[in-house]
Parts: sequence; C-alpha cells; structure tokens
Amino acid sequence: MEKVVVIGNGMVGYKFCEKIRLKAGADKIQLVVFGEEPVPAYDRVHLSEYFTDPSAERLSMAPANWYRENHIDLRTGELVVTIDRNQKKVITHLGHEEHYDTLILATGSSPLVPPIDGVNKVGVFVYRTLEDLNNIMAYGTKAKSAAVLGGGLLGLEAAKALMDMGLKTHVIEFASRLMPRQLDDTGAEILKNQLEDIGLSIHLNKNTTALLGEGALDCLSFSDNTHLSTDMLVISCGIVPRDELASSCGLSTGPRGGVIVNEKLKTDDPNIYAIGEAALFNNMIYGLVAPGYDMAESVAQQLTASGDKVFDGSDMSTKLKLIGIEVGSFGDAMGDTEGCKTVVYKNESTGIYKKITISGDKKQLLGGILVGDTSEYNMLWQIMNNSTVLPPDPEDLILGDRSAEGGGGGSITTLPDTAQVCSCEDVTKADIVKAIREERIEDLKAVKTCTKAGTGCGACGPMVADIFHDTVAAMGKRVRKVICEHLDYTRQELYDLIRIKEIKTYDHLLDSYGKGDGCEVCKPAVASLLASIWNDLIVNQDTIQDTNDRFLANIQKGGSYSVVPRVPGGEITPEKLIVLGQVAKKYNLYSKITGGQRIDLFGARLEDLPSIWEELIAVGFESGHAYGKSLRTVKSCVGSAWCRFGLHDSVSFAIEVENRYRGLRAPHKLKGGVSGCRRECAEAQSKDFGIIATEVGWNLYICGNGGANPQHAQLLAGDLDSETCVKYLDRFLMFYIKTAEPLNRTATWLNKLEGGLDYVKDVIVNDCLRIGAELEKEMQYLVDTYSCEWAEVVKNDALKAKFSHFINTDAGDPTQKFDSIRGQKVPAAW
Amino acid sequence: MDVSEEIIQYETVALEEVKVWHKVAKIGDFPVNGGACVLYKGMQIAVFNFSRRQEWYATQNVCPHKQQMILSRGMIGTQQNEPKVACPYHKKTFSLKSGENLNGNECSLATYPVKVEEGCVYVGFKG
Repeated sequence: MEKVVVIGNGMVGYKFCEKIRLKAGADKIQLVVFGEEPVPAYDRVHLSEYFTDPSAERLSMAPANWYRENHIDLRTGELVVTIDRNQKKVITHLGHEEHYDTLILATGSSPLVPPIDGVNKVGVFVYRTLEDLNNIMAYGTKAKSAAVLGGGLLGLEAAKALMDMGLKTHVIEFASRLMPRQLDDTGAEILKNQLEDIGLSIHLNKNTTALLGEGALDCLSFSDNTHLSTDMLVISCGIVPRDELASSCGLSTGPRGGVIVNEKLKTDDPNIYAIGEAALFNNMIYGLVAPGYDMAESVAQQLTASGDKVFDGSDMSTKLKLIGIEVGSFGDAMGDTEGCKTVVYKNESTGIYKKITISGDKKQLLGGILVGDTSEYNMLWQIMNNSTVLPPDPEDLILGDRSAEGGGGGSITTLPDTAQVCSCEDVTKADIVKAIREERIEDLKAVKTCTKAGTGCGACGPMVADIFHDTVAAMGKRVRKVICEHLDYTRQELYDLIRIKEIKTYDHLLDSYGKGDGCEVCKPAVASLLASIWNDLIVNQDTIQDTNDRFLANIQKGGSYSVVPRVPGGEITPEKLIVLGQVAKKYNLYSKITGGQRIDLFGARLEDLPSIWEELIAVGFESGHAYGKSLRTVKSCVGSAWCRFGLHDSVSFAIEVENRYRGLRAPHKLKGGVSGCRRECAEAQSKDFGIIATEVGWNLYICGNGGANPQHAQLLAGDLDSETCVKYLDRFLMFYIKTAEPLNRTATWLNKLEGGLDYVKDVIVNDCLRIGAELEKEMQYLVDTYSCEWAEVVKNDALKAKFSHFINTDAGDPTQKFDSIRGQKVPAAW
Repeated sequence: MDVSEEIIQYETVALEEVKVWHKVAKIGDFPVNGGACVLYKGMQIAVFNFSRRQEWYATQNVCPHKQQMILSRGMIGTQQNEPKVACPYHKKTFSLKSGENLNGNECSLATYPVKVEEGCVYVGFKG
C-alpha cells in the first residue's frame, strides 16, 4: 500500500486529504499529516470573521473526528524538522520518524516581516494564524489606535478587524495606491475615498523606517521625516513561502523563496510534491485558495491514477467585500496586453468604478476591475474564461443593456454548460443544472450540499442561486410545495385528505396516498396534522414524531432532556414553586426561568422523565408542551388586580386563553400574550397572538414574531368583548393550522398569504368564506378532547417502558457527562 | 463502568466477519418502524426495526457530527429507496445499509449485521 505523508495542515493541505479520500480509501493509500498548529486546518480566507465570533470551530475546515473517520493520521502540534530523502523518511521535533513513499509539501507561507528597526517591540503583530488573532484581540482591548502596515488585500481585511474592535485605524502603504496588485490608480482612488468616508485613515507613499517606543510601540517613523502615533501595529506586507525544509534537504528553491515545481507539481525529487503557497511554478507564488486547490486536485489525481490534470498557472482573480465595499479584479486588470483597449465607467458620487480590458479586435474580454459594485463580476469572469464573443457594444457588459430588446450577452442562459462556476471546487454550470434536474433538488442549500459549489470562498454564491432559479423555472416547476418524495401533496391538501377520508395513522396515509417508506420530513409533518385534526395521544405513534415529541421533553446537548410544566399566564403558587425546587434538587436539574414566564428544568435523564412527571402531576402540574410545535405560553402582565394602570384583569384572561389552547398542535409553535393596558408589559405584540386591554374591551393583534426576523403583530380587530375575542382567536388559529406550510410561523404564513392582513380580516371578522362556524366547531373539538400527555404516560406501564436508553439493560447512558457553572450542572461541551 | 467510551472506535462488521451473534432482545421489545439502543461490551449499537420493509439494521449509536449517543432515537425512512436514519440533533441522515452520510461529506457510520431467529434479535460482532 502507498504511504503518503503530508507536511502542513492548512487549507490546501486539508483539501488535498479530502480529494485523496474521495478517490481512494484507506485500503489503497495510507495518509499521515503533520500540522504545526495545535488545531486542525481552518479557513484563513474568512479569518477576520473570527474577531466578531471568536470560535475556532466555526472556521474549522473539518472537525478532528473527520480525520479519524477517514483514517487519516493527523498529528497536530508536531513540526517536521528534517526530510531524509535517501531513506525516504521525515523526522519531527519530538524525534518521531515517519517513512513515506510520496511526500507532499503543503507548508504554506509565513508573513513577510520587513527588516525595520523596532519590529520586535511589544505591540507589533503579524496576521496569519488564530494565535496571531488572539494576541491582537487581547492587546487591542488596551489600545485606542492601531496601524496596519500594507494596503493590500490582507492588510485591508486586518484593518477592518481592527476597526470592528473600536480602534482608530490607519493603513500605511509603500506604493502610491491601495491593493497595487489588483487595482489601477483610478480604482484604488475610488476605494480609498470610500474607506476614508467610513473612518479609516490611509497613508500612501510611506516608507516606514523605524518603530519607536520605550519597550512597547507608540510611534511609526517614515523616510519623509513624518511620524504617526499608534498603540499597535499589524504587519501585512505579503508572504514568504515556507521552503526551509525543502532547501535544507537539497530541493531547488527560487531566489525569493518557494519550492520549484513543474506542471505536475513535482519537485526535483520525483517522490516529493509541493502544493499551495509553498510551491513556485513559472516563477510565481499563488497566494490564493483556488489555485492551491487546483494543485491539490492535480496531485490527488496523479497519486490515485484517476486523471491527468496538470497545473497550468491559475487565474488570480479576486472578488471580495472590504469593510462593506465590493472590490473585484480579474484577468488582465491593468491592461498590460499589447494592443488591448479599455472601457471605463467611473462615478465619484456613488463610489463606483468599472473597467474592462478587451482585445484589440474587440471580440474577447481579457480582464477588468470593479469597485463599489461587483454584481457583474461572475458574469464577466465567465465571459473571459469561456472566450465568449463580446456583444457589439462591450460597454453593455458593465452598464447593462440599455436597448429595449435585451440580450446584452450577459445572462445566465447564454453561459455555456462547460463554464466553471465555482473555481474552488471546480464545479461547472452543467454539473449544477444536472444535479437540479436529476436529483430533483428543490432548494438552494441542497444544490450546494450536492455539488459543493459555493462551499469554498463563496464568491460564486449569487451565480449558483441564479442558475438554480433559472433551471427550476425552465423545468416549469414551483408553486406547489409538496411535502417530500413520499407524499406528493401540499400540507393543505393532506389536511383535507386526512379529515375527509378519516385517516388516523401515518401508515394508513402512506399506504393510501404515498409511496416509499417515509422520512424525517413527512413523518413529523403528518404527525402534526393528525394531532391538529384528531387530537389522539401522540405517543401512540411514537416513531413518526421528532425526538422531542417522541419523549415529550426537549432534547439538549449530551442526550439529556429538559422539563417544562405549564404555568398558565405565569401565575404560580408558593407550594408549586417549592415542589419544582424539590424535584430539581432530587434529580439534579439545572433550573432557569424561561422567556415565557415558566421554569425550565434541564439535564433530566431519559429514564428519569416518567418519575419526574409523576411527582409534578401529583401536585397538579400539567405538560407545558415546550417540546411540541404547539401552544407554548400566554404571557401576561400583572393586570388590573394589582397594577394602578391596569384596565382589565390580564392574568385571568391569559389563563383562560392558555388553558383553552393548551396542547393545540400547529404547523409551528404558538405564543400568546395579554397586556392589561397599552404600556404592553406582556410584549403581546411580539407574539403569534396578542391581546391588549382598551377602555372598553380588548384589541386583538395577530402574527407577531420574535426570532431571526422580528415582526410586530398587526391589529385584527379592536374593542372586542372577551367572548368575541376568543371566537376570533378560534377562527384565526384554526385557519392558520389548516392553510400554513409545515414549520411556518404565523408571521411567515401571513407574509406569504395572498391578500395579506386584509384577506385574513375578511375571513375571520367578515366571514367572507362562510367557514367561521366550521372553524369554531373544529377548534371546540380540539379543546374538548384535550388531555395531558404526561398524565396519560405515567399511568400506563407500557408507555413508561419506552423511556429507557438501552433495550438490553436498565442502565442509563454512561457517556453522558456534565460540567458545572455557577453552582449548577451543564452538559459537557460538544 | 469504564469511562473509555469516547475512544471506542466503531468499525463496520461484515457478515462473513461475524464471530459472535449477540442476542439483544425480543422482536416485541423494539418499537415499530423505529430504533432502540443496545449495550455490548461497552459499545452502544443502534438497532432499527424497519418493520414496513421487514428489514433490520444496526449502526453505531453515536452520531459522528457532534459525537452524540443518539441515533437509536432518530426517525428512519428512505431516500430514493435507500433506507436511512436521521439524527435528531441536526437531521444529518445516514444510509442504514452502508452507513454513508447522505447529506455530503461528513463521516459515515459503522454498520453491523442483524439476524432474527425464533422471535429474538441478534447483532453480529467480531468478538
């Protein structure tokens, strides 16, 4: 068996492993990987996001167990110090030796630190690794100002991060413009103006000669005898390939660094390859991710004899968003090609600059620069890469087609099938279209999972979305949102089928109207429908329920569950509070007050749930249905009983409403609120239904939502008496339950509903469909058939027996682990 | 009990590799069209009674995504006729036949042979 050793676990080193394992399993190629950093490979392209969300895990390319599962022997924190080419082995700083048949150098690069006086001072940093970032963040908390040395791509990224930390930030550039490798003078000037507008100070033509300060840095000194005070400095002047291992074992390296490779990425030694930023091909270092991935693919193909892709020098095109300003540069951006012509659009008032370079005969696009608006970037890049013949007026490409007929040549449909859409993962337009057509993909996320397009740098995301929408439209699809491959019906159609045909079980429905054996999408959707229509005990069909509904509790990290008894309106007696405390203590449960005015007890073992509930039910508690897509709570303010401003008794009304709809299952969870006056202490207008007292009655608001897209509830009807308010609520909730798509909250439902709020008012208040009485009757059936699920379980030994982790022993899950925080237990982190 | 569970490596056992058929429970002890967890020599194995297809499957109980002992509580079903289980945590789905992850490139599951004889369910191990 071939043994491949990889030195370096950066993005390219990781990608190489992924590509090898896609082509050859552990039975064919043994993989050993050395990474000098303590953590597995992470995404350096999005490093600046670490400042706003410092979790290494989010940037991780793959978790440590990915390597294990793929039989890759990953040695993090271990540095290779010697390559012995005669004996074909590497030696690490720990003295470990590892033989190889093939060696891959993916050693990457280190930041270039210019030999300026004082670079070793405290407060001077580089910008490359998570450790660098941690150091910058720690030091930045004490600083007020910061400077970045280098106005290139990475330097500006670093400047953004420093600005986000609240520091007055300067950028120092040696050249006469920002991003000198990607932008021309005009483009750079527009970018500079935009960056200055948002508070970044930019200093061009500055040759830094010394870093001054007693111990710690406090000032930069330049060759023109000027100075700049700053508390810290981040150096981002470019990269130096890490070729020291290669040169010390006698491999050829370039005069300015880099391991020399041929088009097969082979070094002088036929058993040693170099890929990524360490490799020097045609006198060029490729400091971007996409070319590095191309190199990884080429070597992976050679080692698995699965292809003969050679590396022919990748495109260095770039598109990024710098501090909210879009910048793109591709191909011959500067217009260096002989005889080429340029087309330029510049608008200083909007900060937009677009330039394209076209061939002398005006037939081919050679490159371009976009600042301020990169919406045409993907299209232009495709036109260049596919040598698409340009339209008669090439300016249409950047100005849009201004003729009435359209057809400027820049649309998704004109893109050839062979066009590479995602350069990181090498995905073509044809790959994406084929996946959508053949796999019957119906959402954009699935396109990305299936093809991997857009999972690298993400720049092609908008284009993937366009292709998706275009393809789906061309297939004549949409509108009918069927549940899944097993049930070719919308939720509303299923609702009617189940009611009219009196279907009581999932199996009956699938046998009569579906195909296949069901899945995790249709099972809970149908379970919810059955509950909304017949209100039978849901645990009778336990294996079609999501785990929360199956075990009538909310699953948490580590496999334990949380318990939330109903506390209608948030009103609770001292006696019940004491019992909650006693139960929490007895079963060692983490206790927390919820946002819905009740108490959540976390960390219950599966096998303890029935006894916990037995004790709670004994003192009059009921299930709170916190686990279900069902009514959660009706929050209330203290109301007129106590409050000097209260108009009506909001607590009593909240309890009445909560008890009426307890256990009601819906397409998604439901929350309500009742406020005793317009001060709105119950925050009722953020709920699915909100009731607010007026001088003469109640105002009823519907379809409010917190969550990711907060939305205020809107007034359905005003000054209602209690009875009418409940009647309208019955109608509204039932209408929503019957017509919404699965897992749509009321706010989403209303936003999608044709006719919007006016239509809902027409149906509920004016009864324009003449279904008001029917809706009320259906709701009354659900109210009458309510029973507490936990009360049913604790009196039924067969149901209780389902609450055990193992089937062949009474033991609990021995792997459950807890830590503690502020005197209570919490699950061990995952 | 030994706390070395975390480092237990679950490895697929092919039918011809089975040395021990371990009797885990009676058919009636299992939920219909669902799974249950079995403890064997410190290993946790999820055994699925896919009664609709009259098939039985066994996989590791730990979901490789977040290392949670949970898969036996997952919903089972099919995708283009491939039997699968969905992890309750993040709905990652895995083939019950091959253990392969059906959502993309995450790690796959180890699978184990199951046989049913005289109303009892047995899972096959190497030893």
